[in-house]
Amino acid sequence: MHAEQISVFLENKAGRLCEVTGVLSEAQVNIRALALADTSDFGVLRLIVDDTEKAKTALKTAGFTVGKTDVLAVEVPDRPGGLHEILDLLQSAGINVEYMYAFVNVTGENAVMIFRFDETEKAITTLQEKGFKILDGQKVYSL
Amino acid sequence: MIYDIEYETMPREALEAIQFRRLKATIERGYASVPFYRQKFEAAGITPGDIQSLDDLPRLPFTTKQDLRDNYPFGMFAVPMENVVRIHASSGTTGQPTVVGYTARDVDTWAGLMARSLMAGGATRGDIIHNAYGYGLFTGGLGAHYGAEKLGASVIPVSGGNTKRQVVIMKDFGPTILTATPSYALHLAEVADEMGVSFPDLKFKYGIFGAEPWSERMRDEIEEKLGLVAVDIYGLSEVIGPGVAMECYEAKKGLHIFEDHFIPEIIDPQTGEVLPYGETGELVFTSITKEAFPVIRYRTRDITALSPEPCICGRTMVRMNKVSGRSDDMLIIRGVNVFPSQIESVLMEMKHIEPHYQLVVDREGQLDILTVMVEVSEAMFSDEVKTLQGMEQEITKNIKDYLGVSAKVKLVEPKAIARSQGKAVRVIDNRQI
Repeated sequence: MHAEQISVFLENKAGRLCEVTGVLSEAQVNIRALALADTSDFGVLRLIVDDTEKAKTALKTAGFTVGKTDVLAVEVPDRPGGLHEILDLLQSAGINVEYMYAFVNVTGENAVMIFRFDETEKAITTLQEKGFKILDGQKVYSL
Repeated sequence: MIYDIEYETMPREALEAIQFRRLKATIERGYASVPFYRQKFEAAGITPGDIQSLDDLPRLPFTTKQDLRDNYPFGMFAVPMENVVRIHASSGTTGQPTVVGYTARDVDTWAGLMARSLMAGGATRGDIIHNAYGYGLFTGGLGAHYGAEKLGASVIPVSGGNTKRQVVIMKDFGPTILTATPSYALHLAEVADEMGVSFPDLKFKYGIFGAEPWSERMRDEIEEKLGLVAVDIYGLSEVIGPGVAMECYEAKKGLHIFEDHFIPEIIDPQTGEVLPYGETGELVFTSITKEAFPVIRYRTRDITALSPEPCICGRTMVRMNKVSGRSDDMLIIRGVNVFPSQIESVLMEMKHIEPHYQLVVDREGQLDILTVMVEVSEAMFSDEVKTLQGMEQEITKNIKDYLGVSAKVKLVEPKAIARSQGKAVRVIDNRQI
């Protein structure tokens, strides 16, 4: 059920993001989705790629601090209120979203969003009970 | 004006006779009451009886800051605790500051030395002294306070911080003497300016500045911006606190060391060899009147030179140049002593944090800003910004708690910190003092 996300620590200075994409390009890794969270001093780049291990090794070799986190890729109905239904459900179940970001591609009728929850397993059950589709990692990487 | 005319203008021969008598008594007491000194003397194969003249002083072993730490907290005290009336301490890592004690007579000696210093710096009993040195474990605040009272001046115990309130007090109370660290003095002037108060129009005549190194250039700036005569005071808690040496306002050229209480030596920091007058090296002090905490050949790590030239003020005591540097890696941040190793200990105590760090010191406006750069290792990295920020805050808090100094903590990428020949560059000091 889980998808693997890699995260990279970046100092807030010119050209750092470009270096990450350079390393990934060199390693022939394809970026599927990404989000950047930043403060005035540093940023955390979160990435879903087609080959997590390859990307991680390449970035580490290039001297970056790299982390790996389990996230969920959830299909969100592509219509008004679609995202709200999901968030409302999780809210009533007492599950918090640590962060979320949108996937680049869509699958048919639905959009795909990446979620990081405080209680991942509980979120899976809660969502599946209500019929929301969670994409398998392998599927996400090749979307 | 001279506070203690008999001693401060004593002819050299008479002074040396007093010095030898007092040195002898100090060595005998240290040997008898402090196990550390006895062991050190024995290891060097020397007894108090071997010291036959002042020239024999270099035969005694040195005392270092590490020795004081090893004897934390009271191991170097030469009197029983019931005779100690005051304890001060320098900043240190967890459990390892250097602790010093004073008997009632030591407190009185110190007050007398500070009264001498204040008067050498232009103060008289008719003055109002605005004392912005920090009160507390730091010797600056209470040292200046007791000296001001001893002198008979009126002292405002305003301590550090609350700068706007200080400006109001300076405007309303009309103090005539300012005692502060030189960087805080400039900060006061800046804040006064922001508040529409013209500092040079205040009633200040003299400013007595110390606890951190400052240059002639900074003196010019202070005198111009604050509209007062700026003089330098020197001291360190291990020796007694402020009041070990003081510049006279008449000459403003070197600080008179109160040699009837402290014997100075200049040594080569590498070989330990004593250097003659005029040569630059590390300053070493032996206290010769202190009861609770005598120090024998204490290495200050401050770099300076001594000059025996007669002074226009009439004092006969040798002068030391303004301190030009350190023979170790100690930094002075807003008057607080900081060793890189202390920051390292703070980091080591924290889970997941690796001690890959670098200290960058800048002067923004008039204040020293310490930035601690910490490399983000895989173990401490998180994909959540708030966790990383929490870590920055925790490091900041721990540094403040253990060292008493505010630092900006900045997480940086691994290998961001320059390594020269495999050895990390721990300190970058960008201050132009």
